[in-house]
Amino acid sequence: MSILSIKNLHAEVDGKEILKGIDLEIGAGEIHAIMGPNGSGKSTLSYTLAGREGYTVTKGEVVYQGKNLLEMLPEERAQAGVFLAFQYPVEIPGVPTVTFLKQAMNSVRKARGEKQLDAFEFKKLMDARLKELNIVNDMVRRALNTGFSGGEKKRMEVLQMALLEPTLAILDETDSGLDIDALKTVADGVNALRAADRSMLVITHYQRLLDYIVPDHVHVLFEGRIVRSGDKSLALELEEKGYTDITGAAA
Amino acid sequence: MTTSNDNGLLADHTALAAGLPGAGAGWIDALRADGAKRFAGLGLPTRKVEEWKYTDLSALARSRFAPCCGAAPAHAKPEIPAPLVKDGPQAVFVNGRFDPELSSLGGAPEGITALPLAEAIAQMPKLLESYMGRVAELGRKSLVALNTAWLADGFVLHLAKDVRLTRPLELVFWGDSGSDGERSAWHPRHLIVLDPGASATLLERHIGRTGGHFANSVTEIAAATGASLRHYRLQDEPGDAVHIATTEVALSAGASYESFVLSKGAVLARNQIAVTLQGEGASASVNGAYMGRGSQITDTTTLIDHAAPGCTSSQTYKGVLDDRSRGVFQGRIVVRKDAQKSDGHQSNKAILLSDRAEIDAKPELEIYADDVKCSHGATAGELDDNALFYLRARGIPEHEARGLLIDAFIDGAIGTITHETVRDAFRDHAEAWRQEGGT
Ligand SMILES: Nc1ncnc2c1ncn2[C@@H]1O[C@H](COP(=O)(O)OP(=O)(O)O)[C@@H](O)[C@H]1O
Ligand SMILES: [Mg+2]
Repeated sequence: MSILSIKNLHAEVDGKEILKGIDLEIGAGEIHAIMGPNGSGKSTLSYTLAGREGYTVTKGEVVYQGKNLLEMLPEERAQAGVFLAFQYPVEIPGVPTVTFLKQAMNSVRKARGEKQLDAFEFKKLMDARLKELNIVNDMVRRALNTGFSGGEKKRMEVLQMALLEPTLAILDETDSGLDIDALKTVADGVNALRAADRSMLVITHYQRLLDYIVPDHVHVLFEGRIVRSGDKSLALELEEKGYTDITGAAA
Repeated sequence: MTTSNDNGLLADHTALAAGLPGAGAGWIDALRADGAKRFAGLGLPTRKVEEWKYTDLSALARSRFAPCCGAAPAHAKPEIPAPLVKDGPQAVFVNGRFDPELSSLGGAPEGITALPLAEAIAQMPKLLESYMGRVAELGRKSLVALNTAWLADGFVLHLAKDVRLTRPLELVFWGDSGSDGERSAWHPRHLIVLDPGASATLLERHIGRTGGHFANSVTEIAAATGASLRHYRLQDEPGDAVHIATTEVALSAGASYESFVLSKGAVLARNQIAVTLQGEGASASVNGAYMGRGSQITDTTTLIDHAAPGCTSSQTYKGVLDDRSRGVFQGRIVVRKDAQKSDGHQSNKAILLSDRAEIDAKPELEIYADDVKCSHGATAGELDDNALFYLRARGIPEHEARGLLIDAFIDGAIGTITHETVRDAFRDHAEAWRQEGGT
């Protein structure tokens, strides 16, 4: 069953066309990787799917679980199970991480018709996830992402994903800026969330991450188009030959 | 710069002053007469007066005021909140008058004198004579002069050497007066004197119901060597009131003053605070949060005068302005020639929630010493779009996300409050303000 169906998606930012006709089908439980050089439009795709203001779709359609995703507000998309792990998580001084997590979780639960968690129930759940993800308690007491190291920020994204239990997780360069240990922790966290009813779109610049999160399909994004698709061996081919060969061949 | 004085603010001063508490005592008669004379000359400040450039009192000046300070009974039963700290001392003023029945001061512990001004005039004239009108200099300030002309009601707190008042002393001002096209004005006058090593916490709440009153208070504070005062003010006046509060503070060596004003009520509110760091090593932490909607004007004017070496001052202000409301922030730091090793910082940040909201900020540093660390910064902007999107991308509805960001922003100022109960209460008041606006 298709979870996400993107057809001929064109999107522009500040009047400049960045996505120039993207087609992508993601089935239930599948992991798709999108690779591509810097500036190819990977983050633009992720923001467009998450509904960020200023990312204007000019053509094409995106259907998520049978619904027109593009008509939904960012919060409605999240509530419906779309989760974007940001390439650059935003620092929000003054908002305690715990407060934020609880409010996010209860917003999503409310929209799904589930019962609100009280402080105690929430803490129990959060503590369990923290343990699984090797996150120290101290982090959630601080202001959201504020002063977090690169690795802490990425782990915080994975924690949020674990709490919100999305149907479609988009991970935008969750590996960037991480040393190998941090990368492993993050990848373990993501792998623990693999499920038959959870699809993932893993965006990365390097194939390294894909050693840990093994994808079912790999796509190469270049200048706003998917120029090649294949299985996980495509990632290895890219690693060997570099982007120029593949994108050059496609151009 | 004189405005018409036929608005009743000084009406029948000579006759009425003769009936005020302490009349007949030379010093107090002179003080009041001097105030009246100066106000008669100055009138309410107009926008031509430099420090009133951004805040226009002409509507106030055109009003018609009832003769001052007669017993103006509350039109409705005052709703006085319970003390913030359970069973804490509370002095209640209704339409500018001390109300003994509504107040609950309890017995003052040894070394603490806490009295309404009228009683203090009778009981401790010496102390009053030596401080009143000395801390707040009358010279340039017409509103202080007006207040002094009618000096009669208010509160006096005196702490003897090394005495500590741990629970906050609360002053509640409840106003609802005004009728038949006439507005009521009152001029509470407070004096806080802390002897060496004494410390106290003072909380003011300004509340009430509509009636268009004009509250013009003056607070004089003198903290001797090593004394410290925490001074918190919640300005939640009814929407048609004009609220002007002048606070003048003199700090001796090693004395400290912490102030926080949460300004959210009144159609026009101005908090003017002047702190003189007179003794070496004195410190002042002067902070606040202001919020406006509709056509409210909220003005913060501060002057921190580093007059001695080695003093520190910090000011953190945050404002949130919606609709057509306007904020004014005038913050001046003066470092005198001999005040070496001064450390003075000031920050004012405002968030404008609407295109028509406005902030006029005028930070000023005047530095005559060379070995100092001083800074000021003023910013104005909208809520951070990146942050807003991040929160929404986690399923938090837009209005809730905005709420989180506004609370967090204001909290940056409220977090300076060192008294935990007050801090929590002020946080709740700020949140309540936000929720009233539907955000
Ligand atoms: N806010 C923006 N305004 C204008 N151009 C942008 C903006 N964000 C991204 N771009 C441009 O869009 C293109 C794709 O960027 P991005 O999606 O961030 O690429 P990637 O994530 O693959 O590195 C780049 O050319 C970039 O310069
Ligand atoms: Mg990117």
